[in-house]
Amino acid sequence: MLNYLLRRIVSLLITLVISSVVIFVSLEIIPGDPASYMLGINAQPDTIEALREELGLNRNKFERYLVWVKNMISGDFGISYTYRSPVNEMVLERLRVSLPLALLALFISTMIAIPVGIYAAANYGKPSDFSIMGLTQFGIALPNFWFAILLVYLFAIILRWFSAGGFTGWDEGILLGLKSLTLPAISLALPQASILSRVMRSSLLETLNEDFIKTARAKGLSENQSLLRHGVRNALIPVFTILGLQFSFLIAGAIIIENVFFLPGLGRLIFQSIAQRDLIVVESVIMLLVFAVVTVNFLIDIAYLIIDPRLRVKSL
Amino acid sequence: MMNSLKFKQILIKNLSELSLSFWIGLILIAIFISLALISFFWTPYDITLLEISERLKTPSLNYILGTDHFGRDILSMIMIGARTSIAVAIIAVGIGLIFGIPLGLIAAAQRGGFIDDLIMRFNDLVFAFPALVIAIIITAILGPGAVNAILAIGVFNIPVFARVARGAALTQWSREYILAAKVCGKGSWLISIEHIFPNIINILIVQGTIQFSLGILAEAGLSYVGLGAQPPIPSWGRMLADSQTMISLAPHIAIFPGMAIVLMVLGLNLMGDGLRDFFDPKLKGSGK
Repeated sequence: MLNYLLRRIVSLLITLVISSVVIFVSLEIIPGDPASYMLGINAQPDTIEALREELGLNRNKFERYLVWVKNMISGDFGISYTYRSPVNEMVLERLRVSLPLALLALFISTMIAIPVGIYAAANYGKPSDFSIMGLTQFGIALPNFWFAILLVYLFAIILRWFSAGGFTGWDEGILLGLKSLTLPAISLALPQASILSRVMRSSLLETLNEDFIKTARAKGLSENQSLLRHGVRNALIPVFTILGLQFSFLIAGAIIIENVFFLPGLGRLIFQSIAQRDLIVVESVIMLLVFAVVTVNFLIDIAYLIIDPRLRVKSL
Repeated sequence: MMNSLKFKQILIKNLSELSLSFWIGLILIAIFISLALISFFWTPYDITLLEISERLKTPSLNYILGTDHFGRDILSMIMIGARTSIAVAIIAVGIGLIFGIPLGLIAAAQRGGFIDDLIMRFNDLVFAFPALVIAIIITAILGPGAVNAILAIGVFNIPVFARVARGAALTQWSREYILAAKVCGKGSWLISIEHIFPNIINILIVQGTIQFSLGILAEAGLSYVGLGAQPPIPSWGRMLADSQTMISLAPHIAIFPGMAIVLMVLGLNLMGDGLRDFFDPKLKGSGK
């Protein structure tokens, strides 16, 4: 167990180190010098040189990589070339939009998917199961940004219940903030919920063939009781796996959805920074996203060990 | 010889065993592929001619799906857009197959060894980068365009196929006929090519359809945010991005390209499900 944990942590660290090298090297290849980009075409060569000095651009690449990594570990993501403000402050500001959006989407999709999956499994083979499975096929095929456009048309333009985009901020009140995240979160959540409810259904159907369900039925529990008390809990494990795998899709989806609704989140920050050659921001945000994906998958692996004691013995 | 014979037998195996969902999916895909092919010779209107007087027309007998903000016929745009979508997704799947399958086979042949470990760690690394993030990095370096969208989606497909091929190959390696082949003195390369590969082709075809549909969705997403095919080349995602500002005036221009994406992806998913049930009837109806 401890051995396994140690091995996983080492491989996590290796993945992170290689990722950081990949990100740093790829962005180093990008043509264009941030210093001359910031100062415009009329800048004097010595001003550009001075700015390069100030930004640390004329140190050698290896040195700059080490400084970048060292600072990141201590929580310092550098200073944005364009805005001249600390990157970690900018990222934190944007996270206040992106994180609640992702969590809200995750919440909505599990709240839909688990009951729907259970209902379909309980009605296995009946018309209601069949129609739910048909609907989820549509949900999976639905591009979330198109769904978002349709939601905007219906709820913002025709019904005028929500605004078509933008973010009011949290200072105006939590409810208003949540309101401006509702349509984006729904458009992220529904395609996810379709996948999750299919997983929930098939995992529950598999669990229902297990001996402990037969025992529950034999000791006198009704079909629904045994399903809810014993089946669902055991069927949730694969659902969590898929949830973890979906996390990186959620991040990618959020980047696109932020563009549909003009939300000032991390996704918009990346696109802006690329357009402005603000490489330090691009590097840091991408590294942060990679870190998030790797860590979530690591935590899910660890969660298995806690949920399922059988795995602890196996991995000894 | 033996193996190709076996594969043919599976294919010839009563076609009526293929489920309804397979046929519905096949018909949907056939429609879009024919639309894409026909567009090389003929489209209802020439989309390079901008007829501003005909802009934002709702569907009518003249323009079956209406016109967009430049007066271009939406049906013609969707037909040519299908070309972009299908080409990007197919080549991206091809990249995944060409690099992923050999990696997976090598990993399985060397199971537990150093190369296996190396390949799996490489997979973990690529999985850490969501496809869109890879696309953003590639676009930042090379600039936006259809080729870079292909690269981004293709790179992401490599570990997917490597993992699936490795997993399927591992179960084959434990079979007795492989032991027989070893006894005959065949090396692991030869066994991988002659015995393992033909026996995991089913699984790879099913995964191929899934990745194809994910590729269509990814291409649409990338061109929506401006990282895919650049104008004037029509693409479904780009059409949706353009429609967004116009939606209160002309909702139809937002609806049809989106429906094209949904139906194409739906078709591929239904066909994939049908194929999986066909190859492995045990899974039938489990919806996995």
